[in-house]
Amino acid sequence: MANNGIRIAIVGGGLAGLAAAMKIAEAGHSVDLFSVVPVKRSHSVCAQGGINGAVNTKGEGDSPWKHFDDTVYGGDFLANQPPVQKMCEMAPSIIYLFDRMGVPFSRTPEGLLDFRRFGGTLHHRTAFAGASTGQQLLYALDEQVRRHEATGKVKKYEHWEMLSLIQDGHGVCRGLVAMERATLELKAFPADAVIIATGGPGLIFGKSTNSMVCTGSAVSACYQQGARYANGEFIQVHPTSIPGEDKLRLMSESARGEGGRVWVPKTQGDKRQPSSIPESERWYFLEEKYPAYGNLVPRDIATREIFQVCLDGYGVFGENQVYLDLTHIPAETLDRKLGAILEIYEMFVGDDPRHVPMRIFPGVHYSMGGLWVDFEQRTNIPGLLAAGECDYSIHGANRLGANSLVSCVYGGFIAAPAAVEFARNVERNGADGSKIYDDELKRQQEINAGLLKQTGAENQYVIHDEMGKWMTDNVTVLRYNDKLKATDEKLLELIDRYRHISLNDSNMWATHALPHARQLHNMLQLARVITLGALNRNESRGAHYKPDFPNRDDEHFLKTTIAEFSGEGPVFSWEAVDIGLLEPRKRDYTKGKQKAQAAAGGQAEQSPTKEGAAQVPTPGSELKPADTSGPATWGQKKEAVDGAVSGEVTPRPERGDSIDEAGGKTEKQ
Amino acid sequence: MSANTNAEEHHQGLRNPPREVVLRIRRRDRQDGPARWEEFALPYRPNLNIISCLMEIRKNPVTRDGQRTTPPVWEMNCLEQVCGICTMVINGRARQSCSALVDNLDPHSPITLEPMSKFPNVRDLVVDRSEMFDHLKRVKAWIEIDGSYDLGPGPRMSQEDVAERYAYSRCMTCGCCLEACPQYGDGNYIGPQAIAQVRLMNMHPSGKMSRDDRLSAITGDDGITNCGNAQNCVRACPMSLPLTKAIYEENRETVLHGLFGWLRK
Repeated sequence: MANNGIRIAIVGGGLAGLAAAMKIAEAGHSVDLFSVVPVKRSHSVCAQGGINGAVNTKGEGDSPWKHFDDTVYGGDFLANQPPVQKMCEMAPSIIYLFDRMGVPFSRTPEGLLDFRRFGGTLHHRTAFAGASTGQQLLYALDEQVRRHEATGKVKKYEHWEMLSLIQDGHGVCRGLVAMERATLELKAFPADAVIIATGGPGLIFGKSTNSMVCTGSAVSACYQQGARYANGEFIQVHPTSIPGEDKLRLMSESARGEGGRVWVPKTQGDKRQPSSIPESERWYFLEEKYPAYGNLVPRDIATREIFQVCLDGYGVFGENQVYLDLTHIPAETLDRKLGAILEIYEMFVGDDPRHVPMRIFPGVHYSMGGLWVDFEQRTNIPGLLAAGECDYSIHGANRLGANSLVSCVYGGFIAAPAAVEFARNVERNGADGSKIYDDELKRQQEINAGLLKQTGAENQYVIHDEMGKWMTDNVTVLRYNDKLKATDEKLLELIDRYRHISLNDSNMWATHALPHARQLHNMLQLARVITLGALNRNESRGAHYKPDFPNRDDEHFLKTTIAEFSGEGPVFSWEAVDIGLLEPRKRDYTKGKQKAQAAAGGQAEQSPTKEGAAQVPTPGSELKPADTSGPATWGQKKEAVDGAVSGEVTPRPERGDSIDEAGGKTEKQ
Repeated sequence: MSANTNAEEHHQGLRNPPREVVLRIRRRDRQDGPARWEEFALPYRPNLNIISCLMEIRKNPVTRDGQRTTPPVWEMNCLEQVCGICTMVINGRARQSCSALVDNLDPHSPITLEPMSKFPNVRDLVVDRSEMFDHLKRVKAWIEIDGSYDLGPGPRMSQEDVAERYAYSRCMTCGCCLEACPQYGDGNYIGPQAIAQVRLMNMHPSGKMSRDDRLSAITGDDGITNCGNAQNCVRACPMSLPLTKAIYEENRETVLHGLFGWLRK
């Protein structure tokens, strides 16, 4: 079919955004790619350990179904199961594709891809390129997208930051407004569909393992324009990070995957250096409590255990830190398999982890929650899609290690054909003309002009610091309702004080003061969604843990939290979880999963594993989702949860209807 | 890779710590505007890196002699020395400011921060390195895959070959090698960064199939023969890329390619 001039805007140039860009360009359509930093510098480079896919080359009987079971179980059954299953089936072919694109994956002696173990599984399922897998995967996509850039199919807008969506009178997304970071020029960009792929919101917590672009600002802007935000309260705190003044640097789970052991001295406040503490006086608390998984329990569990050990006074040298010990592994093996992360530790701490145990502590790492999407990565706003960490769809209440890279690529690969399909079907010349673009541009210019004029005494960086401290103290590992309420009150105070900030930069050329002020506003709004979502959820599930409600409560809370923006704050509703494939069962990592796997294995025989595995169309065919029945079967009733904080919301019309109302064509051209 | 001579000094701080850290920053308000120096001081703490210092200055930008000024502008992202964005010239040497620890920089004398000199200076410590990405486009630094379809696994490779490619694949396009290279600048030499990526792609069994295209791209007037063999690049690279090896290998390939191309005529 001839190219009918479809142009898709993608916001974010990490793995998900680049994956979508490659697919759309390959199908012959045009992409405008927006990124705050040159795409090759996106946060995906920080992913270290690897990418999961059940290739089963180790004689362990691994399968996509087991990967699926591990992922859903690890996520404490909060994820809708069909897309998770589809992702796990696609995962081996994603790894092979990256192999073909030239990623230097580590090899076995036979020259095949090597796999290592990661948390929350008993299988060697994680392909890796040294300990910089994210960097290597991102570069491979960066290279392929550059190839399409050279042919003119992809146009990059690097150093442009998205400020808002442009919607027509029917709420259909028609493009976006972005700001160039040197000139502060604002411009409206029409698009036939917009894919948001901007990653996580770690900076809301001040210091995290995230890069400095991970503000969640663009996602928050979408939320404030009507996009639903789901499961915001599920924030992963990684068990092993290196505390620092400017950020918490990640120490990859692969360190434990390769045999790293977590321990503290059995004597509180032991002053001895680790090498002089004999084996019998070390407490390997994870191995002791979880004999089957040991140091490779899922992250939420490892984090809580480390946190608790320190609360109980067993932290190394009486401080909030525990040992992560690799010194029993030969240095040569460590260099080959973990070189990059050991260098990071050495560079920033100064000790050599080959000879001295690392001192680590949990740090905010990943948001399982994000923009609500259906099984084709479509948000509730017609024409707006989302993929990667910024969508909520795959990881439920807790993400397993090495599942983020695969979910980013999967999300991008699903979003791309869905965006093209939307663009084909929507009436593209039927929008309200140029007025909607001018109006939104003007609205954004006025916001900027207002910020430039402000002369209050508040300092935006101080407000950011306070937000980060409150969020880290009260909305991470242990959550108490009184503290969550106090945090929301604090956020309201900060939102009020934000109105009195002044940009302390009189030179607006290439300033960071104005972009940061815009981001800070959006972060504060999203912080409320996270905090109130946690307040509403009176149970413990995955990363969300309330000591006053220590158990999972499927009867009341096996539900997706949905937040919608209103002038008075987020309005919450709840949506049932699609658990049609795996019956929820209690998560218990003290034992192996034989029982669970036996059950799952039985189902695996019957499950149509081939069907969802079609990763991509066959050469020459048009890009189309493998299965278009998704939206038709995707209709779930909202259910209110007893004791919910906020009121009801009026149900939205079904998506298909609203496109029709917008003058969209339902038949293909 | 790390410049640490005395490991204990890091987490405990220096033995005779200074009272304050002084940063001397080369400022420029806009492209082509005049440059000036400004000095800032902040209380010394152990384990500071340059980014933490800049973040503190940004909160309340007042110079050492009490003058209110604009906040210095610099770029930062991953803060783990893997994105390459925060590169600047620190005490005369191009490196990442996230991994530049104050304790290793002798904080008893002022620490100087300057933008890299080989790229257009946008403002303060920010430079425009887009020419590095243009180089990648020019040398076709990608594998020509038939499509991102499900075509099974890639070619088998030995761990030795993978390890050599991995070393080149860690290039984060930071520009330290180009800043250090005496030949690079004013468009007269494509430089070691792009040549290393040619090596990375040409080593791959599929990449090899379009080797000639890449070799042609580095044999023009500003091509590989402009290397003056100063070997600064390999010493400047924060990711320890074997850049001189890449130049040697690709130089050899271009000679063979030239001969072969000539014989084919």
